[in-house]
Amino acid sequence: MSQFALKTRLPRYLRVEQERIQKVAEDFGLDFFPTIFEMVKYHQMDELAAFGGFPTRYPHWRFGMEYERLNKSSEYGLSRIYEMVINNNPSYAYLLEGNSLTDQRLVMAHVYGHVDFFKNNFTFRATDLDVMGQFVDPSQRSKDYDPNRKWIDKMANHGSRVSRHIDRYGVDKVESFVDHCLSLENLIDPRSPFRGRRAPRDESEQDEPVEVPRLKAKDYMENYINPEDYMQSQKEKLEAERERERRFPSEPQRDVLAFLLDNAPLEKWERDVVDIIRTEAYYFVPQYQTKIMNEGWASYWHSKMMTEKILSAAEIIDYADRNAGVLATSPGQLNPYKLGVELYRHIEDRWNRGQFGREWEECDNLDHKRSWDMQLGLGREKIFQVRCLYNDVTFIDEFLTEEFVAEHKLYTFGYSGRSGQFEIESRQFKEVKEKMLFQLTNSGNPIIEVIDANFKNRGELLLQHEHMGIDLQKDYAEAALEALCRCWKRPVGIVTTMDKKAVLLRYDGSEHSEQPYSASES
Amino acid sequence: MALKIDQDHARFRHIVRGRIRKNLRKYISKGELIGRKGKDRVSIPIPHIDIPRFRFSDQQKGGVGQGDGEPGDPVGQGQEQPGSGKAGQGEGEHSIEVDVSIDELAEILGEELELPDIEPKGESRLNQKHDKYTGIRRVGPESLKHFRRTYREALKRQIITGTFNPKNPVVIPTPGDKRYRSWKTTNEPVANAVILYMMDVSGSMGDEQKEIVRIESFWIDAWLSKQYEGLESRFIIHDSVAREVDRETFFSTRESGGTMISSAYKLCKNIIEADYPPTEWNIYPFHFSDGDNWSMDDTLACVEILKKDLIPWSNMFAYGQVESPYGSGQFIKDLREHFDQVPELVMCEIPNKDAIIGSIKEFLGKGH
Repeated sequence: MSQFALKTRLPRYLRVEQERIQKVAEDFGLDFFPTIFEMVKYHQMDELAAFGGFPTRYPHWRFGMEYERLNKSSEYGLSRIYEMVINNNPSYAYLLEGNSLTDQRLVMAHVYGHVDFFKNNFTFRATDLDVMGQFVDPSQRSKDYDPNRKWIDKMANHGSRVSRHIDRYGVDKVESFVDHCLSLENLIDPRSPFRGRRAPRDESEQDEPVEVPRLKAKDYMENYINPEDYMQSQKEKLEAERERERRFPSEPQRDVLAFLLDNAPLEKWERDVVDIIRTEAYYFVPQYQTKIMNEGWASYWHSKMMTEKILSAAEIIDYADRNAGVLATSPGQLNPYKLGVELYRHIEDRWNRGQFGREWEECDNLDHKRSWDMQLGLGREKIFQVRCLYNDVTFIDEFLTEEFVAEHKLYTFGYSGRSGQFEIESRQFKEVKEKMLFQLTNSGNPIIEVIDANFKNRGELLLQHEHMGIDLQKDYAEAALEALCRCWKRPVGIVTTMDKKAVLLRYDGSEHSEQPYSASES
Repeated sequence: MALKIDQDHARFRHIVRGRIRKNLRKYISKGELIGRKGKDRVSIPIPHIDIPRFRFSDQQKGGVGQGDGEPGDPVGQGQEQPGSGKAGQGEGEHSIEVDVSIDELAEILGEELELPDIEPKGESRLNQKHDKYTGIRRVGPESLKHFRRTYREALKRQIITGTFNPKNPVVIPTPGDKRYRSWKTTNEPVANAVILYMMDVSGSMGDEQKEIVRIESFWIDAWLSKQYEGLESRFIIHDSVAREVDRETFFSTRESGGTMISSAYKLCKNIIEADYPPTEWNIYPFHFSDGDNWSMDDTLACVEILKKDLIPWSNMFAYGQVESPYGSGQFIKDLREHFDQVPELVMCEIPNKDAIIGSIKEFLGKGH
């Protein structure tokens, strides 16, 4: 790392800028990790971006693929990345060599917004590490918050671990196993870092025979008060319940990768690879969970800092041009920067004018509402609080208002079978919000759990997809099952709904099958 | 400069070329770089391998957008969902889109598909000499005298020598002040290549088939006009009779009725005979059809014309067969039967839009 840092040190004039901008950010009350800026050439930037911001990752072709895409776009002049920052303590951010001074200032201001967000938003607490480099419980936070987030080192270590396996077992073997793990990468439980430990199961009561409690009765009444057939059916019921407890896992488990780590018959190196993929997947979770909030927050602050403190009059046009590009919208796609920054401004305005609380909710006089201004000035304080305590789902759920949807012309669109293209469906507040929340739920991934590791008493692994209106894409699901089978080494299946019918997709190691499914079958 | 990513990149290229990890090839799709030419968005294919995961099927999905429009209006298909960011993408990357010219697009296409440059035919590049007045010199015929420059020189001289009187501004040039226009002779190329597009517009060709032809011909145009200094295009549509049309008509006409491919070939032959002597022109006929010809006799007539005239005249004769639910697709089989191993005749089946890239490579990959 040190060698890397040396080659890419900022020139003096930008170090001066950095100090100035850092001061401005502190004065506004932003609270960030130490931030190190590095100046890179465009192909270095593409390389870093392909590696997800890190200077070193494990060897894998998909980084090469990403690099090709980025490199082609910058060489052909289609698009280029001009800013990147990674969640690490200290945080590293990259500036593109050859950008104008105005651009570099904009990027720096933007970066301080991101780093403040990394440090303060609760979801990123899940990326804090303990001294052993393991995840720690994020619900504890001390006063002088200076967590260990040495992810650059951790990712580099992952790289050398995978390289070691490659040296030993051959590149094709390890790489194809990595591919399989990546197919399962989204089968993790984003909530798990916040759940704490589960209480260990009480093993003692397991082995006692099932006994149905009898009502007290005199001998001659026994047959009437505790009739034999009733007792029998009660006994069966209890046994079934016991049976369900004995089923493994006793509760559905959403962290499929963890389940495989604990229970699949993996070789040592395979276990190591699964662990690496899973750890990295959890690292990226907060970024998917807060895309709108994080970009919105950084954009809010870059425009505030730039226009109020940093820019000279001569730079305004360049800045406005660049800013407009960042916040541009296009049909069929929401720009998280734009949506985020507008929502923060909306919240700030509402809390400045006191447009919240019961009185506001219950007021149904539109005129009155429009001119509502209690001059509370609580806006700034509120958005600082919001950036700590929300993720995209709760952010949208709580602060997306009907007025906002109308003002910003949000709509839902869907595929129309009649015209064969995507069409605008509705501008109704309820539908827009519903669709948005649906997309953000589980970061747009289907919710899938392990429900049975001994399906049909044959050691088959059964997953269940919680169907919420949208089917799985079948060919991809089958490929993912193949990957799962590679880890589990026994037939695997998933219960889902296709065309409104419950089906079981099963892969037995050589062939796929699809059959109707009813829950009683197991 | 060596980058750490080089190794991963080389690995990826090997996979794409099918040298290693062949089981991944089925997930290679044409990823797209989106460029814009003026208002149009043009996508440039780059290979992309999808890692299959459990995910939602696309068509039911939809999403939330922002902007004007009424319910029922179509929206662009930019399906990147907020929150469903690609794995491995770092935080806070910003990028911007830039315009590209059609020439650059062609270059990108050529690089991506590894198309060879075309060797023009014979010595037949047509150039026209053209004189252009570009400069000034001190000698020349009086008829080319440049009055303004001459008087300016005279004025300069008079001011320097002090003989200029602002009260009585009379400027008289001496022979040394005289300036004349001079010219350069340039070689202006005239169009030396022609593309003759022929399309079957019989009832069995639907909108999707036409869309395929349109995209295909856009790229062929782009590539060939980069290769030749001048390029002309002619358009022929046919069902059971053929007629020449302009570009707009070509892409919008929908006829019904039967198919006589020979009618188009005859018309094509006539156009070449009339306007494009094959010794001087690079000729590229492209024919698109669903391969459902009227009769075997007509097919034989086509083969006759191809053999005798069109193929000998052309740098390359390309036949693209799009798949339609109604067509039998027999024509390409007949052609294959009659023209085994004729390098100038390139045939290709185009079942859907995804196959367009492959067929462009097929058509233009030989460098004729």
